[in-house]
Amino acid sequence: MRLPQKGLTLKHTLRLCFCFLHFCMIAVLTACGVLSTNVSGDPIQDDLTIFVAASLTDAFEDIGQQFESNSTRSDVVLNIAGSSQLSQQIIRGAPADVFASANHPQMEVVVDAGVIDRQQVELFAYNELIVVYPRTNPAQLSALIDLARPGVKLVVAAEAVPVGGYTQSFLATASRDPAFPSSYQTNVLENVVSFEQNVRAVLNKVMLGEADAGIVYRSDVATSMDEDLIAVLEIPEHLNVQAAYYIAPIQNTSISHQFIDMILSPAGQEILESYGFVPRE
Amino acid sequence: MSNRRLWYRWRQRGLLAVVALPASLFFLTPVLALIWRVSPELLTTHLLEPATFQAIELSLRTTFTSTLITLILGTPLAYVLARWRFRGRAILDTLIDLPMVLPPAVAGIALLVTFGRDGWIGSYLSQWGITIPFTPLAVVLAQTFVAAPFYIKAATASFMRIDVDLESAAAIDGASPLLVFRYVTLPLASMGLLSGLVMTWARSLGEFGATIIFAGNFPGQTQTMPLAIYLGFELAFNVALTLAVILLVVSFSVLLLIKWGLGQRVWTP
Repeated sequence: MRLPQKGLTLKHTLRLCFCFLHFCMIAVLTACGVLSTNVSGDPIQDDLTIFVAASLTDAFEDIGQQFESNSTRSDVVLNIAGSSQLSQQIIRGAPADVFASANHPQMEVVVDAGVIDRQQVELFAYNELIVVYPRTNPAQLSALIDLARPGVKLVVAAEAVPVGGYTQSFLATASRDPAFPSSYQTNVLENVVSFEQNVRAVLNKVMLGEADAGIVYRSDVATSMDEDLIAVLEIPEHLNVQAAYYIAPIQNTSISHQFIDMILSPAGQEILESYGFVPRE
Repeated sequence: MSNRRLWYRWRQRGLLAVVALPASLFFLTPVLALIWRVSPELLTTHLLEPATFQAIELSLRTTFTSTLITLILGTPLAYVLARWRFRGRAILDTLIDLPMVLPPAVAGIALLVTFGRDGWIGSYLSQWGITIPFTPLAVVLAQTFVAAPFYIKAATASFMRIDVDLESAAAIDGASPLLVFRYVTLPLASMGLLSGLVMTWARSLGEFGATIIFAGNFPGQTQTMPLAIYLGFELAFNVALTLAVILLVVSFSVLLLIKWGLGQRVWTP
């Protein structure tokens, strides 16, 4: 037999009330915070929102800090994602001040949508591809040709994101090279177990040892602290790609231009170089 | 009924309708906007594409498997949680809540460090030549991890609602524990179990974060509909849109159908 349910004691009621009040307070405070930062009619002038390709993350965080310390009145906010996702967000009205894309097609998407003036698009750096594999080397890789060996678990970026497109063109170039069999591209692609949505996801899968190898940007390994976790295979220059990075202002404000000028300045280029990028000159 | 009573009732109703409207519009409008953007031609052309079809097929296959696993493994756990009082029960109960509130990405990383090649369990499995990441099995594990709690919660609640005396009565009459469970507990709890199961299935169908981290993304192997939608958003917006509408229609009709099957009124008030 079940006992009839007892009514709430005073203690419980008080405790519940307290919980409820607490919850209300949190809700109200959160709402205030959200409203004051986001919905307040005109955007805060001093915030500089940069939509930046995932591969530029570390370099732009560094440059952003420098920029903040140079100009006392602006906060640099980075929105990091794959370039193709960023371009879609921008043409659908996301509030960006500057767009830094990892390839030209995605910059074109935004230019074609009329959000960016073609005249203002600037090439600011280059990047190259590199093959990474776990330090334990489970697939016994020693040369690029090993990537085509059956059974190697390879992770690359999806073709929709720039690094994925570059990966495909590197494989195509290699297949035409006399040093590689003409079936190189096909064989390598047969080894792909996952097409990741951005370059950091590729690197993480390799660092965790889930994949035998992955193809990423040189800049991704230049900054990676986990040298005891991953090792690299160089891709010779005649097979490699010159991944050009472009930047353009979306809001034609002086602060947007100041930031772009800083990227193009010798100091900005030097920071980019220290993160594994090739300067534009 | 007097005029004043009637007036009062209508005023009350009108007021309620007005205050209930914002929330209903908030849920309805985005759904309509999504459907509005997709023309029937667009829907049929993309639906017939092998890539779309592959994603739908994989999604159905994996979600049914994970729902089945949830049913088989989740029911005993739910029963234990409903019937036993033991030390640490609250902790176990909270542990089951966890996947529901965690960002799915956290679930994906947790699964990776458990079942990945270098993971706790995965490293032993790989000695036997079994690797889970990048396979449909990984998709099923991700879905089960994230979605099973919905079933376990619902099942625990519906087991708790059953009068223990009914079970005891059957047991006194000589029924074995298994028979009691089969002929008394299960039928009485069936409605709750079924609706919990449907929630788990629906959550599995929408699972994205844990899947893309733990299982990766490969068409036909691990690229379920949500993954295809996400990557389609970058590649071809129309494909993403079409898939989104298909996912929406499938989820909505299945949920509605189940409600109807459960004897809830769907159309009439």
